Amino acid sequence: MNPAEPLQPRLSLRGIEKRYPGVRALAGVDLDVLPGQVHAVLGENGAGKSTLMHVVYGLVAPDEGSMTWEGQPLRLRSPREAIARGIGLVAQHFHLVERHTVAENLALGFPDAPFWRPTRSLLPRLRAAAERYGLALDPRALVRDLSPGERQRVEIVKALMQGARLLVLDEPTSVLTPAEVDALFAVLRRFVAEGSSVVFVSHKLAEVEVLADAVTVLRRGAVVGRRSAAEGLDRRDLARLMVGRDLAAAVADRGRARAEAIAAGPVRLRLRDVRVDAPGRAQGPALNVASLEVRGGEIVGIAGVAGNGQSELVAVVAGLRAPNAGTVEVDGREPGSGRRRRGARGQVDAGVALVPEDRTKVGVVGDLSVARNLALRHAHRRPFARGMWIDWQAVGRHSQSAVEAYDIATPSTGTPARLLSGGNVQKVILARELDRDPGVVVAVHPTYGLDVAATSQTHERLLAAAGRGAAVLLVSEDLDEVLSLSDRVAVLAGGRVVATMAAADADPEALGLAMAGVAA
Amino acid sequence: MIAGLRRRRALHRWEPRADAPAWRVMLVTLGAVAVAALVVTWVFVAYGVAPGEAWATIVRRTLLEPRGLSETVRKAIPLLLAGIGLLLAFRARFWNIGAEGQILAGAIGATAVALFTELPAPLVVPAMFLAGMLAGAAWGAVPALLKARMGVNEIITTLMFNYIALYLVRWLINGPWKARSATGFSYSERFPAEAVLPTLGSTRLHWPTLAIALVLVAVVALLLARSRFGFEVEVLGRSPEAARYAGIDAGRVTLLLAALAAGAAGLAGVGEVAGIHRRLVEPTQLSLGYGYAAILVALLARGKALAVVPAALFLGFVFAAGDVMRVSLRLPSQLPDVVTGLVLLLVVASEPLTRGRWVRRDPAEAAAATAVAPAASPVATHAGEPAPSPEGGG
Repeated sequence: MNPAEPLQPRLSLRGIEKRYPGVRALAGVDLDVLPGQVHAVLGENGAGKSTLMHVVYGLVAPDEGSMTWEGQPLRLRSPREAIARGIGLVAQHFHLVERHTVAENLALGFPDAPFWRPTRSLLPRLRAAAERYGLALDPRALVRDLSPGERQRVEIVKALMQGARLLVLDEPTSVLTPAEVDALFAVLRRFVAEGSSVVFVSHKLAEVEVLADAVTVLRRGAVVGRRSAAEGLDRRDLARLMVGRDLAAAVADRGRARAEAIAAGPVRLRLRDVRVDAPGRAQGPALNVASLEVRGGEIVGIAGVAGNGQSELVAVVAGLRAPNAGTVEVDGREPGSGRRRRGARGQVDAGVALVPEDRTKVGVVGDLSVARNLALRHAHRRPFARGMWIDWQAVGRHSQSAVEAYDIATPSTGTPARLLSGGNVQKVILARELDRDPGVVVAVHPTYGLDVAATSQTHERLLAAAGRGAAVLLVSEDLDEVLSLSDRVAVLAGGRVVATMAAADADPEALGLAMAGVAA
Repeated sequence: MIAGLRRRRALHRWEPRADAPAWRVMLVTLGAVAVAALVVTWVFVAYGVAPGEAWATIVRRTLLEPRGLSETVRKAIPLLLAGIGLLLAFRARFWNIGAEGQILAGAIGATAVALFTELPAPLVVPAMFLAGMLAGAAWGAVPALLKARMGVNEIITTLMFNYIALYLVRWLINGPWKARSATGFSYSERFPAEAVLPTLGSTRLHWPTLAIALVLVAVVALLLARSRFGFEVEVLGRSPEAARYAGIDAGRVTLLLAALAAGAAGLAGVGEVAGIHRRLVEPTQLSLGYGYAAILVALLARGKALAVVPAALFLGFVFAAGDVMRVSLRLPSQLPDVVTGLVLLLVVASEPLTRGRWVRRDPAEAAAATAVAPAASPVATHAGEPAPSPEGGG
């Protein structure tokens, strides 16, 4: 792109304002997206990125402000109108029918598809789009069998086939493996090379740095800075803009001094030859002869592409399911094994904390109050339980102190958990899981979807738990997170621990290869 | 009408609420009942009965006369027992619609004790209640086990178990337990005197069952509000995934509460045979659909244990009013079923009203929404849709 050449913006927003009760979600946002440009919109959760994208896609009507599209005034009453103009959205959560094939899902996006055999006429177009952008897709595959990356590809192809000249991607890399991220970026580059435009919504600085031609940074609904790749993008500069303070902080260099302390510590979590069979499948166990030791004070990162045994590993350690073979020992003992198995409760009592992957469905009960959620996994024990009764006053007192100690933003401890933001839900979970000095902490994608501030707080909490002597198992697909937090990294591929290495020595390329199942 | 609705959507917007205050829930429920009363009034008119007079007769003979009032309360007893059990089951999303069969199973248990055991007289009634409760609990435990172990849908199994219980009773009174004196109708032998429940004065109000029911309501209220079991039921009902994570044994809790619920219904069956019929009779006479009406009791109570008492009394009134309509007003005997159905429909349909309300838009917003081509706003406002949260809905 030549900055000297005056280009008419493809999409231009002026003074976009959107208020919700108690929140000014967008406070007069201006945005210009040029043809042939990847324009990153950077901001924390709650900065207004999604609302802004919903405005662009016709899902949300702004209270004030105007939009122009290729020089013409743009008014959108629905996504259908946005699609008709050439605006496509790839949402953070996919809107696909799991039981249908790829082609059937695509046909749903075309009202003009014929009533009979709607998918047939689409196949040539699908093939053309796939070849042009290097998006390989099997039109006959069922969506439920696809990986998140492949599902995203379906959404992208749908938008392209609908004739999108502006593609909006909302946090597109959060579900992707590093290799898939590279593939996505290649597609996007090819797309803008044709003169189309991309709006890339993200809070991942590294990706923005690599991909974006221009960056607009949002904070609390307002534009706080603009940068262009021509002037050079600097990660620290962007982070400062986004958070409003220097984020160097806690996750920085912790040095190798820790390694010695850890080596002297006791083994708090030991998995011996654990096997978990996949239900009703012939392709072998989901987790196969995995052995792993985590010492007190140590953080072991589990890297690997989803579906390689991580969820089974977590389930076994947290007591959500019993291994088909092998043992899980906590502090040298096997909590409630065999017939005495008491499931998750046995592990809780043995001091195993779990920060689950799905924080809104599993981690909290949305309809219950913050106070009750803070007692969710300990309600059967003192101080909450007195015999068969629950001391709700104790629950209330505990919640007051937890809300303060963990800085949970909630109107009251009686507020239903579903009304809290994602970051605050995670704080509730962390407060519950880490407050009792657990011996073993399992954290699964603990910062997925969180903004920078909540992410760094979560990291601090996990580091503090390790500092107090807990063995921490960190499962994450975010390699940066795994490497910056962990003392050791174990890679799962095909249900096996294929490699373990000290995090300080691990290089992302070797990890990436191990994750892909390529023998190291 | 459509135009009116459109106008309303233009001038008002729907505002969802985080929580429904108790008075609002009560108001909506009473509103639903009032609409049902209006429809019934219309039915009176359609049958050529003067509505004012009809309502006066009904109120007098179900609420004001002592004998009528006792009938209302008497009919509320099985509804109380079955209803409190169902409330408990529904709280954990165990959709037990088998209370009818569990009532019959309880009746069978009580009859077995009354007719075929030789116990000291003071022990007979307690033994009957115990046997009825266990029989009901066993009847309800089978679908719960099937659900916990094999994931079988409890709606189907509990419903089908109603029919098994019904034909079991019919077989018993036509076969092995048939009374020697029975010629036309089938029934069992009459219970001995020590197996009959005392009643209040000359009424048919078998007060021991009422006392048990009220105690049970209080116990369930206490369990739900203060016990670990109550908390587990609540978590399980709202999120099975979170319950598993919280270490709650879903199978155990489901089995326990299904047995409790069914045991309560079984007690209702004991009351009916030992307090009213004094023998095992034709199942459709033994329980006048109390097991199904109890579903409505639990729904009307909206999860609040103590609210089962007014809900059961209300349906007791509907049943008693049905008798009055049939006997005094010569209206068809199906009318009470129509009323129950109406109330059920209206209560379920009015549910959203407890979760939000229409609020007036401010004039500028209303103008933007009504204008055909809004000049000030670039995009027409989505009228009447709940506002999405700033970052929600991805």
